[in-house]
Amino acid sequence: MRRSIFAVALAALALAAGTAGAADVKMAYVGEISGSIAVSGGNFRDGVILAVEEINARGGILKEKIALTLYDTQTNPGVARSQMQKAIDGDPYVILGPIFSGNVKVTLQMVQQAEIPDFIGGEAAELTTLGSAYLFRTSFGQQIGMPKIANYIRDELKAKTVALIWVNNDFGKGGRDKLMKELAARNIKLVADVSTESGQVDFAADVVKLKAANADAVFVYSNEEECARIMREARKQGLKGPFVGDTTLLSQKTIELAAEAANGVVGHVGLTADAPIPAVTEFAQRFQKRFNYKPDHNGIKGYTAVYAVKYVTEKKIGKFDRKALAKIMHGLTITPQEEPGILMETTWDNVGEIDRISFLAEVVNGKQNISKVLPKLGK
Amino acid sequence: MADILQLLVAGLATGGIYALVAVGFTLLWQTSQTINFAQGEFVMLPAFFVLIAMGYFGLPFWPAVAVGGAVSVVVLGLLFKKWMVDPMIRHGVLPLVIATIGLAILMKEMVREFYGADAWPFPALAATTDVAVLGAVFSVQSLIILAISLAVVAALQFFLNGTRTGRCMQATAQNPTVARLLGIRVDRMILYTFLINGALVWVASLLITPIYLAKFTNGEWLGLYAFIAAIIGGFNQVRGAIVGGLLLGVVDNFAAAYISSQYRTAIPLMILIVVILFRPQGLLGRVEERTV
Amino acid sequence: MKNRRLAAGIVLAAAGVFLLVAPWGLKPYGIFILSMWAVMTIAAIGLNLTLGYAGQISLAQAAFVGIGAYITAWLTTRGWPFWPTYIFGGVSCFAVGWVLGYPALRVQHHYLAFVTLAFNTLVFLIFRNEEWLTGGIYGISNVPRPGVLGLSLNSPLAFYYFCLAHLALVSAATWWLIRSPWGRAFVALRENPIRALSLGVDTRRYTLVAFALGAGLGGISGAIYAPLVQFVDPTPFALGLSLNLLLMVVLGGSGYFFGPFLGAIVAVLLPEWLRFTQGYYLMGYAVLVILLMAFSPTGLLGLADRLTRPARRRTAGAAGVAPAAAAEGEGVR
Repeated sequence: MRRSIFAVALAALALAAGTAGAADVKMAYVGEISGSIAVSGGNFRDGVILAVEEINARGGILKEKIALTLYDTQTNPGVARSQMQKAIDGDPYVILGPIFSGNVKVTLQMVQQAEIPDFIGGEAAELTTLGSAYLFRTSFGQQIGMPKIANYIRDELKAKTVALIWVNNDFGKGGRDKLMKELAARNIKLVADVSTESGQVDFAADVVKLKAANADAVFVYSNEEECARIMREARKQGLKGPFVGDTTLLSQKTIELAAEAANGVVGHVGLTADAPIPAVTEFAQRFQKRFNYKPDHNGIKGYTAVYAVKYVTEKKIGKFDRKALAKIMHGLTITPQEEPGILMETTWDNVGEIDRISFLAEVVNGKQNISKVLPKLGK
Repeated sequence: MADILQLLVAGLATGGIYALVAVGFTLLWQTSQTINFAQGEFVMLPAFFVLIAMGYFGLPFWPAVAVGGAVSVVVLGLLFKKWMVDPMIRHGVLPLVIATIGLAILMKEMVREFYGADAWPFPALAATTDVAVLGAVFSVQSLIILAISLAVVAALQFFLNGTRTGRCMQATAQNPTVARLLGIRVDRMILYTFLINGALVWVASLLITPIYLAKFTNGEWLGLYAFIAAIIGGFNQVRGAIVGGLLLGVVDNFAAAYISSQYRTAIPLMILIVVILFRPQGLLGRVEERTV
Repeated sequence: MKNRRLAAGIVLAAAGVFLLVAPWGLKPYGIFILSMWAVMTIAAIGLNLTLGYAGQISLAQAAFVGIGAYITAWLTTRGWPFWPTYIFGGVSCFAVGWVLGYPALRVQHHYLAFVTLAFNTLVFLIFRNEEWLTGGIYGISNVPRPGVLGLSLNSPLAFYYFCLAHLALVSAATWWLIRSPWGRAFVALRENPIRALSLGVDTRRYTLVAFALGAGLGGISGAIYAPLVQFVDPTPFALGLSLNLLLMVVLGGSGYFFGPFLGAIVAVLLPEWLRFTQGYYLMGYAVLVILLMAFSPTGLLGLADRLTRPARRRTAGAAGVAPAAAAEGEGVR
């Protein structure tokens, strides 16, 4: 019957898979190019692309050019899993991404079985507790960031009660769970616990709840756009601050979208293009020139990951060896003197957790101002 | 007390927008049995038309708004009808539903690919100041949104009931065969409803985008809430869509504030299920004598 | 007539051989996608029963797939063997479908769509919020793959054959059902409910059975999805999947036996094949859907049918959507 032939023909066409072979060193970016985390995933990807272009312009790694392939997870765990499988089939040297913590989780087992080092952008606390020897963060996990900010709330803001508004996904929930623990350990009471949806646009009711709680400080933990909307709504309703956050609340995109509503917001930033470090400022300028927009912390994450791979491969191993790369990364510290592309001194521990200096910042007149530099936990 | 007033006004403002979108949706359904699953995306788009007019053609805000309106009416009204609805409606309801699902995906992806995945700020129609009444702080924007929504809907009601064309449109909705017999140009009436929908979504877009920010995903929840508003209010009455929209906006806000915020979206859905099961014609609707 | 039967048989046999042999030439990614196709086809077959044969628009299929997946994930990660959980999942979904259908099927088609839509979203919210039960947003990880008679199914290839076997089983069962008096009652329901009633067919009962069976098949699909992906979280079971399954059934040809197979190819495999177009593939897919609905609302198989039987009147089974809609239009309630 024609219809069955039709079906079979379609199937055959659909299965045609092309495999390209190249003599270069292959890297795969598996991240959020579309979907709700597209902004972060796009930044990370562009940081990776910038690093790859710079390295290739100088001859590549061990004289081999980097061939980068991009895979889009669509911020969807099901798609992430199949795209990661596709990436692994292409036999890359290392994998960069995903950024969305949920996507990291679903692909973790696969990557570990394939024994490919994976430099993720995800910040959810549990990612480094799942036992993968091939997972490496590019920015703090929440278990590093939250104690720092809880200290800040206790010591600088001197707040006894906190109202928390958070986004209901892996990232937001992980942060909320960690923060609650840290606050409880410091005898700070959580008087409001408001969950919001990813992609939510209307925060009127949520801000009313925050107002009713009458807390000493309001902690906002969501994605950039939602942070902007929350701040606008908060200012509209006259919710009293201080408003504290971690990275996303103070990021470039949030400030751009919230305009004046973002002024006065304070928080902890692990990575920022506004850091008072010349290497970072120069990177931000190169990024801006190449892509026509200012990078956020995800751009730095992607960029430094590629340079970390370059450094370890060239200076520590001398050849392309995935297992050796993973082994050496555990417990390694890279300084900007050794590798300028790392931008700031970075240490990885034996579960892939990262340690760096970080910053306390405040948004003043539409710009992120660094008010304090916090030392590494390890030193 | 202040909180309740604030929630009420905020809920009414959002509800006004739901009402605008639901009215357009209802009009399409009534006259041409079009279930437009892309209605949410229809509201997302006009803002981008305006942004493009301002960004690429350098127009100042108000002329860009006018251009956006014209483009909306033509593309989302006329072209939608001519190219999508007319060829498919004779095949029945389901293919058109599927096609509008496809259209929604297409519109979203086109904005994402050709304009960008980010959110962009959008200029507000009026200044973003606040006014304090009875201890509660209302934003002037909310009040303006509510006022404009109600004004538009009132104007539409007047048009439908008070003018000849409007009454012809109502006749078309109730019984196209008899309408034709009476000499009403049915096809033209149907075209008018599509054009009106194009205008309604344009207004809704101008009202919500300053708050929601212009982003390609804006249409997702908005479309769903518009359907719920239309059904709760009454699928076959324009009045019903208004009541449904306002009610939904208020209930949603109060539910989020006083009941669980994690289950916030569950409340409208449960109301929907209850209304469909026990009063399918909606709160203000008439029992349908014919289903299609 | 006999020649067509023979031709059909040969092509089907060829397709069968292809499905058995193709994975040997594929990388793990290709095998994974093919397994996903098989799993989604099972869910689509369920929806085809509900929509294509009994004429009820359901947007709740993703919820049933989710319930089946969570039941299997929950039980197997606590040490239960696979087979009981799989049966339990299917039966539970059948029961939930029955309970949902009982009040919901009193309302007409477009209203049913909204009720099932609301149900799907509510179930998603429960999956997402009830962390004590489902792991919430964190989901359930490390779902083990079952073993058959002592043989482990961990490898992609072995698990693919497992999925394929289930698809064959479900297809055979559905084929038997359609050819039985039950199946004929379903078709009668879709074509002309009033006439069916007048002939003594208990429309209520049969509609309910079709709906519940569709739900049960969704549950079975979920029960296999869980060990395939080995991670169950709420995101895949939101409204998007229901819409996707609806698309699969209508694109393939609602009411045709092989419709779901073809529809699943278009919905699962085609996006993968079009992925080389980078950002444009979803747009291409959407345009394809729109064009197909404009030119062949009875789906791909309806199109093929029309091309191969130009002069004949379309039979009742192939009429799919159009007469049903026309019947709706004239229907007197």
